[in-house]
Amino acid sequence: MILSLEAMLQLSIVLPLLATVGIVAAGQQPNLREAVTIGTSLVLFYFVVNLYQGLKQGEVISVQWWQLVPGLQLSFAIEPLGMLFALVASFLWIITTIYSIGYMRSHHEQNQTRFYACFAIAIGSVMGIAFAANLFTLFIFYEVLTLSTYPLVTHAGTAEAKKGGRIYLGILLSTSIAFFLLAVITTWVVSGTLDFKPGGVFDANVDTTVAGAILILFIFGIGKAAIMPFHRWLPAAMVAPTPVSALLHAVAVVKAGVFTVLKVCVFIFGIDLLSVLPTTQFLLYLAGASVLLASLVAMQQDNLKARLAYSTVSQLGYVTVGALLATSAGVIGSSMHIAMHAFGKITLFFCAGAILVAAHKSNISEMRGLGKQMPITMAAFFIASLSIIGVPPTGGTWSKWFLLMGTLEAEQWILMAALMISSLLNIAYLLPIPFHAFFSGDKTPFSRAGVKEAPLPSLIALSITTMGCLVLFVYPQPLYELAKAILAT
Amino acid sequence: MLIQLPALAVILPLLSAPLCLFLRRSLLAWLFTVIASGLTMLVSITLLQQVMASGTIVYEMGGWSAPWGIEYRIDKLNAYVLLIVSSISTVVLLAAHTSIEKEIPQDRHTLFYVLYLLSLAGLIGVVITGDAFNVFVFLEISSLAAYSLIALGEDRRALWAAYQYLIMGTIGATFILIGIGLMYQMTGTLNMDDLSRRLPEVAQTRTVFAAYAFIIVGVCLKVALFPLHRWLPNAYAYAPSVVTAVLAATSTKVAVYLLIRFTFSIFGISFSFTTVPLQTIFVILGLLGIFAASTTAIFQKNVKHLFAYSSVAQIGYMIVGFSIGTTTGLMATLLHLFNHALMKSALFLALGAVMYRIGSAQLSQFQGLGRQMPFTMAAIVAGGLSLIGVPLTVGFVSKWYLVLAALENGWWPVAVLVLLGSLLALVYVWRIVEAAYFNEPPAGRGAVEEAPLGFLIPVWVLVTANIYFGMDTRLSVQVAQAAAQSLFGVSP
Repeated sequence: MILSLEAMLQLSIVLPLLATVGIVAAGQQPNLREAVTIGTSLVLFYFVVNLYQGLKQGEVISVQWWQLVPGLQLSFAIEPLGMLFALVASFLWIITTIYSIGYMRSHHEQNQTRFYACFAIAIGSVMGIAFAANLFTLFIFYEVLTLSTYPLVTHAGTAEAKKGGRIYLGILLSTSIAFFLLAVITTWVVSGTLDFKPGGVFDANVDTTVAGAILILFIFGIGKAAIMPFHRWLPAAMVAPTPVSALLHAVAVVKAGVFTVLKVCVFIFGIDLLSVLPTTQFLLYLAGASVLLASLVAMQQDNLKARLAYSTVSQLGYVTVGALLATSAGVIGSSMHIAMHAFGKITLFFCAGAILVAAHKSNISEMRGLGKQMPITMAAFFIASLSIIGVPPTGGTWSKWFLLMGTLEAEQWILMAALMISSLLNIAYLLPIPFHAFFSGDKTPFSRAGVKEAPLPSLIALSITTMGCLVLFVYPQPLYELAKAILAT
Repeated sequence: MLIQLPALAVILPLLSAPLCLFLRRSLLAWLFTVIASGLTMLVSITLLQQVMASGTIVYEMGGWSAPWGIEYRIDKLNAYVLLIVSSISTVVLLAAHTSIEKEIPQDRHTLFYVLYLLSLAGLIGVVITGDAFNVFVFLEISSLAAYSLIALGEDRRALWAAYQYLIMGTIGATFILIGIGLMYQMTGTLNMDDLSRRLPEVAQTRTVFAAYAFIIVGVCLKVALFPLHRWLPNAYAYAPSVVTAVLAATSTKVAVYLLIRFTFSIFGISFSFTTVPLQTIFVILGLLGIFAASTTAIFQKNVKHLFAYSSVAQIGYMIVGFSIGTTTGLMATLLHLFNHALMKSALFLALGAVMYRIGSAQLSQFQGLGRQMPFTMAAIVAGGLSLIGVPLTVGFVSKWYLVLAALENGWWPVAVLVLLGSLLALVYVWRIVEAAYFNEPPAGRGAVEEAPLGFLIPVWVLVTANIYFGMDTRLSVQVAQAAAQSLFGVSP
C-alpha cells in the first residue's frame, strides 16, 4: 500500500471535490468528463474498501484538520457506522455514474457538466458526513450537501424545478439553521464538547428536560431524515433527473439524514440517556406516525417517482424509530436498514428512470403490460420491492427483522404494530406495479410500438443493484458485524 | 518613523486629499488615491501588529501631553476597526476607476477621489483619536464628504437621499456634540481616558445621564439602528456604486465602534448596563431591527434597496450581541463588524458591476444574468450565502458566536430569534438567485457581457476573503476576543 490510511481518509473527502475541477475542465468532451467521474468513483471506492480493511484490523484511523473557530476543529475518524454509510454511498456512486451516462445521454439533458460536478461535490460532502469525528464537522458537510444538491434538484431550470428547489432548500436550510444549529450550539454550551463519544457526551446528572429539548431540536433539525412534518422537501426534490433522485434522494442525502440521527442518538446522547429522556416517547410516536402516514400517502400517488418518494419517507421513519428505541437490536436494525433500503430504493428509482427513458411513462396507471417490453427492468423492480417490504430472499428481511426485535426489546407494542402494518402497506403500493406489468394485458390506449428495454448502461446498473439486494440476503455478515460493532466501540 | 505611525494613519489620507486636487487626469487621481489608501492600510496593519504584540499605543499629537493636547490612543479595539476601514477602502477603491467611468461625469472624477480620501481620513480619525471632541471633528469631516459623495450619484434622487442623510446625520452629530459638551461641563476634560476616570464620581447626576442619552441617540442615528435608520436605504441605493460599497462596509461600522467606545471605555460597563436600562432597550430594538428590516428587504424591487435594508438588519445583530453584555456577546459584535464589512462590500461592489453592464439594479433586470454574467452572479450568490450564515463563510462565524453568547447568558429566546432572522435573509437572497438563474433575459435587452476585470478582481478578492475568513478565523476571532476581553477589563 502506497498511501497511509490517514491519507486515504482525507483523500476520500478531498478527491471528489478535486474531481469537479477535472470534470469542469473536460466539460467539452463528454467521454473524457464521464471517464473522470467514473475514475474518481472507482478510486474513491478503493480507498473506502482499504479503510474498511484497516478498521477490521482494529486500526485507529483519525485525522485532524485546522480549527475553524477556537475549540472547534474539522476532524475525521472512522467508526463502524460511518464506515457502513461510506461503503454504501461510494459503491452506489459508481453504479449511479454508469446509470447516469445512459440516462442523461438518451434523455438529452442540458448542462451535464454542471450535473456531474455538483454530483461529485455532493459525494465528497457525504464522505465528510460519514467520517466526521465531531458534530461540528458533520454539520458543515451537512450544509454543503444541501447546497451542492440544489443545482441538481433544479437541474431542469423550469418553473416547476424552481418551485421544487424552493421547497427543497427552504425546508432543509430552515430546519438546519433554526433547529439543528441551535441544537449543536446548545449541546456545546451544556456539555462543552461536540466530539462523538461512545456512550454520549452529556454528564450522567444532566438536566433531562434540557437534554430532551435538545433531542427534539435534533430530530426536527435534521430535516434530511424527513420525519413528518418536515418531509415535504423529498417529494419536491423528485423534479430532479432520475439519477439524482436515485443516488441522492434514496441514498446519499436521506441517508445522511438518518445517519446523523443515529450518530446523534448513539454518540451524543448515548442509548442509556436516550431511554430516560422525557421526549423520546413522543418522538418515537412521531416517527411511527411518519412511517404509517407516508405509506398511506404513497398509496395515493400515481406518479411513480412520487410514490417512491413517499415510500422513502416511510422507510426513513423506520431508521429513526430504530435509533430512538435505544436498544441494541434497534441500532443494529437501523444501521442495516440504511444499507438495505439504499440498495432496494436505488434499484426502484433506476427502474423508474429506465421506464421514463425507454417508454416515456411516469405514471403507474400507464405501466400495465410493460413487462413484455421491459422484462429485465420490471423483474428488477419486483425484486427490489421485495427488499423494501422485507421478505426473503432479499436483504431487507434482515433489517426489518432487527427493527421488530428492537421494538420487542423495548416493549413498544404500538410501534411494533405500526411497523408491521406499514410493511403490509408496502406490499399494497409496490407489488401491483410489477404484477400489472407482467400479468395484465396491455390495456392502455397508447401505442407501445418501438418501446424497447432501457439503454445498456442503465440496465447494467440496475442489474447490479438488484443483485445487491439478493446477495445481501445470503451474505449479510459483513454488514451485521459493522452494525454490531457500533455499540461495542 | 514607527513611532509616528498613529499620526501617519490620519495624515496620509488627509493630506492626500488636497494634493489629489492637482491631478486632473482621472487615471492619475485614481492611482494616487489607491496608493494613499494602500499606505494607510499598511500603517493600520503595522499598528495592529504592534498593539497585539506590546499593548496600547499612546501618541501625543504635536508633543503636547494629555489632557492639554490631543492624544491618539490605539488599543486592540480601534486597531482592529482601523484595519477593517482601511483595507475595505483600499480593495473597493480598486474598482473605482472602472465603476465611476459610467456613473460620474468625467469632470468630477478628481473631485470624487478627493472626497473619498477625506471621508477615509475622517473615518480613520474618528477611530484612532483618544479625544472626545476630536471624534466630533473627524465625524463631521467624514460625514460631509459622505453627503457629497452620495450626491454624486447619477440618479436625481441621489440629491434628495443625500439631503435626508445630511439632516439626520447633522442631528446625530449635534446630539453627540451636546453630549460631549455636557461631559466637559461636569468633568472639565475631553480626553477619553480622563473622562473614564472622572465620570464615575459624578455619575449619579442628571447632567451625566443627559449627556449619555444625547450621545447614545446621536451615535445610534449614525449607526442606523432601527428605528433611526430611515436615511440609510435611499442613501445606499442612489449613491454611486463604489460609494455604497465603501460606506456600507465602513461608516456604520465606525459608528458601532463609537457606541462601544462610549459605552465601555468612557462611561463604563456598570454605568451603561446597570444604571441605565440600555440592555433592555437595545435587545428589543436590535431584534425589531432584524425582523422589520429583513421583512422589508424581502419586498424590495431594487436590489440595492434590498441589501440596504439587509444592512439595517445586520446592524440589529451587532446591537443584539452588544446588548448581551458579556465578553462573548461583545466578541460576536466585533466579529460581525469585520464579517459584515466583507459581505456587504463584496455584494455592493458586485452590484456595481451589474450597474456597469446593464445600468440598473432593479430585480426584474436580473433575469437571465446567471448565464450572462456568471462570475458576478456567483459572487452575489457567495456573498448572499455568507449573509445567510452558511458554514464555511464569515457569516457563519458571526452567527455561531452570537447564538453562543445568547445561550451562555441563558437568553435562549434571543438565540432562536437570531436564527429565525437569518431565515429571512435566505428568502431575500433567494429572490435574487431565482431571478438570475431561472429566467430568460427580459425581451429587448441586448447581449450582456461579463463585467470587466477591473470589477471582477476586487469583487473576487472580497468574496475569497469571505470564504477564507470563514475557514481560518484565527485573525478575526483572536483580535475580537482580545479586544472584547480588554474592554471588559479581563487581562488576556
